[in-house]
Amino acid sequence: MGDPSPDPEPQPQQPSSRRSSQVPQRRSRELSLPQPSISEEVPQTPFDGPAMQSSQGILASQTNLQDWSSGPPLTAQENLAMYPTEEAQLGGVEYPSLNMGFPSELQPQPYLEEGGMQASRNVSLMLQQLQQGQGSLFQQLDSTYLETQPDYLGQFNMYQGEDLQFDQGVPHGPYMRDDPTLQYSPSELGFMPFSAEVPEPEPRELAVQNAKAYLLQTSAGCSLSLYEHLVNLLTKILNQRPEDPLSILESLNRTTQREWFHPKLDTMRDDPELEPTYEMAERQKGLFLRSSAGGEGEQEMEEEVAETAVPNIMETAFYFEQAGVGLSSDESFRIFMALKQLVEQQPIHTCRFWGKILGLSRNYLVAEVEFREGEEEGEEEEVEEMMEGGEGLDPHGEEEGEEDEEKVTDVIPKPMWRPPPIVPKEESRSGTNKYLYFVCNEPGRPWTRLPHVTPLQIVQARKIKKFFTGYLDAPIVSFPPFPGNEANYLRAQIARISAATHISPLGFYQFSEEEGDEEEEGGAGRDSYEENPDFEGIPVLELVDSMANWVHHTQHILPQGRCTWVNPLQKLEEEEELGEEEEKADEGVEEVEQEVGPPLLTPLSEDAESSRTSTLAGATSTVPRTSTHPCQPPFSMSTPAAPTSWR
Amino acid sequence: MDAESLLLSLELASGSGQGLSPDRRASLLTSLTLVKRDYRYDRVLFWGRILGLVADYYIAQGLSEDQLAPRKTLYSLNCMEWSLLPPATEEMVVQTSVLKGRFMGDPSHEYEHTELQKMSEGEKVFEEEVVVQIKEETRLVSVIDQIDKAVAVIPRGALFKTPFGPIHVNRTFEGLSLSEAKKLSSYFHFKEPVELKNKTLLEKADLDPSLDFMDPLEHDIPKGSWSIQMERGNALVVLRSLLWPGLTFFHAPRTKNYGYIYVGTGEKNIDLPFML
Repeated sequence: MGDPSPDPEPQPQQPSSRRSSQVPQRRSRELSLPQPSISEEVPQTPFDGPAMQSSQGILASQTNLQDWSSGPPLTAQENLAMYPTEEAQLGGVEYPSLNMGFPSELQPQPYLEEGGMQASRNVSLMLQQLQQGQGSLFQQLDSTYLETQPDYLGQFNMYQGEDLQFDQGVPHGPYMRDDPTLQYSPSELGFMPFSAEVPEPEPRELAVQNAKAYLLQTSAGCSLSLYEHLVNLLTKILNQRPEDPLSILESLNRTTQREWFHPKLDTMRDDPELEPTYEMAERQKGLFLRSSAGGEGEQEMEEEVAETAVPNIMETAFYFEQAGVGLSSDESFRIFMALKQLVEQQPIHTCRFWGKILGLSRNYLVAEVEFREGEEEGEEEEVEEMMEGGEGLDPHGEEEGEEDEEKVTDVIPKPMWRPPPIVPKEESRSGTNKYLYFVCNEPGRPWTRLPHVTPLQIVQARKIKKFFTGYLDAPIVSFPPFPGNEANYLRAQIARISAATHISPLGFYQFSEEEGDEEEEGGAGRDSYEENPDFEGIPVLELVDSMANWVHHTQHILPQGRCTWVNPLQKLEEEEELGEEEEKADEGVEEVEQEVGPPLLTPLSEDAESSRTSTLAGATSTVPRTSTHPCQPPFSMSTPAAPTSWR
Repeated sequence: MDAESLLLSLELASGSGQGLSPDRRASLLTSLTLVKRDYRYDRVLFWGRILGLVADYYIAQGLSEDQLAPRKTLYSLNCMEWSLLPPATEEMVVQTSVLKGRFMGDPSHEYEHTELQKMSEGEKVFEEEVVVQIKEETRLVSVIDQIDKAVAVIPRGALFKTPFGPIHVNRTFEGLSLSEAKKLSSYFHFKEPVELKNKTLLEKADLDPSLDFMDPLEHDIPKGSWSIQMERGNALVVLRSLLWPGLTFFHAPRTKNYGYIYVGTGEKNIDLPFML
């Protein structure tokens, strides 16, 4: 801000010279006044000719402009008796005044201000009159000021501007500027010199001017001065009129400062922070729109619609809410929409909302699904083929290794340890893989299918305890190592939770009337049930009192990791392809005991660790709150113990 | 969560899956107002629910003018009749640290814990098994105290400290901005600061003494014991504690809504470092 304007070269020197000359004169008495460059310039610039108005005015009064545009006007400030000699701080436009308390310097200031502020300036001038009692002077200034606005060129200093009132277009001679005594004297104007009219300010006024000058000094690192900040703050308080402002003074201080430096964004630009919110809203809007579009088509095919696979989420959510469990109603509704979407996309026979699992970064919404008869899961077959291909490669590797070893004289002893035989996983639609599970992170996002669970995964999942991150492909780092990524772990946990906690009242389900099954499966238990059409319901009190009235309707998972037991060694003999395996099978015939678990539809009273199960009887509410906490719930971030699934 | 904005807060915190049934909500609304009047509290917070085997405890806390003064805790079994709990002492915490397992739900239930105590009779010193009876109420008090000290959360700027000492609610708190809301350093523990005095002068230089007078969550041990998530796009930030599973803190950025609620079994997750 050193050079007020590019136009006239001598100009910069002149102001500086003027400043220097002014300084000793004006400021000599104000020794305590610090003179930071910017603030110094502020009052000095008025002395530059209005010629510079457009450019200089902009440059010179840049700081002023910032001040002007910042805060709301403070009309009350005029009433402050602190600065009687001050130009009016009106309309807030000019309040960061350049006035350092020099009454005689008031008049130059208006010249530099931009056109828009004329009116306010006029008023300010009027007020100045009142305050200073130099009415006539200002009136004249007023009129002349208006005339001098458009004159830029040839005006190098304010004196010239003043001259214009009487002698337009004639630049002053240098002698005027250099003469300290005549600096502010508008002798050309024909007025009495200011210096003659205004006597030396009284000490008190001087002190006031000093104080104000100090306050107007801008703080380091920014162009905000304490004066302006206080003005902002007081304006804000007076406008908002909070209760007990004294107690919140500190906060208001902070807020005002923050507002100065962080103005609200342009209305034209989108707020970048809210982008994800809008995106999510858009996506979820898609959910709702599709359903309505589908609705029109459904009206034509009402017969098929009656068999829709989508469950009535809202109804079940209502019941869960009575128990104090569950998600908010709008979230339930969105889940309902999302399930509808899933049903449309996949060939689904039955569908059920299984639950929500909380994760570290994202959560999972899980849907339990059965495909229609005959719909084979194509993905599963592909995965199996890849697996077998991988296994086929390994034996070849072993054979080649053997050949190399034979050539070497020192045969490295082969380890005797063989990994335990892998228990084959259960077929789809049976046992742990009875249902298919789809997950998504949030309603509106696409559903992902979870792979089938293998017994090994279940066995390992029982040994570890890990949080879910929310990303299906995240690795599970644990000991003992888990064979798979988060999708597998999630599926294993879902299988364990389902097997342990899905219960129903006694008698709701019954076995189908085929007793021959029992013998065929080696006493492992039936794995199918059907709804009992004659179910009449059990009175609530009985349900609450005794555990025997509740039964599991999912198969128990054996320690092996499957629901139906399979002897791993038997399978090994069947798959003999390599000679080595034959020998080893003969060497170590382990006797594996058949694992037996409780059969289907076992009451809860038979559960192990029954001390952890209990029922709650809600005495006060009309809807008895019944919740059963099943034994040993597997540790995951899921909502604990969702009450029965009634289907 | 503030009893005054109970319904909205419950709605916002419902993402964790545990809420309140409508009859409980309605009873809370009435009873908490009465509690506020009777005990002359400045603010009443609904702290949460501790699940027991037979019944649940509903916990509320009352605050006086000074927000960081020790809070009075009340419990109820039916959300209508509230009983004041005694303040927690160190002794209680130590005594009840041996108790494991779920809460029963009956405040007069007594846990029996056998301890080996050294008894000296004359010159003989032998250990005898002493059965110590600990009341469930004591356990309740100490668990609530531990949870409060460990995981009660408040966003930065919601309270401010005056030079005279007392802490006040900041009426000009307009909520955290989105960028601040995603950082753990913008949330504080709602208790007397412990770590603050250990900070170096350099660190303290950047702090604002009127706002930063509590410990931030950032340096909690173990690292990663907080799960921070944005729900509904960016319209809601939810913090869940992994150390005390069941504690949910929610805040809608750029609004004044925030609060925390604990709904859980009252058991600390000691396996946390293995689970991360």
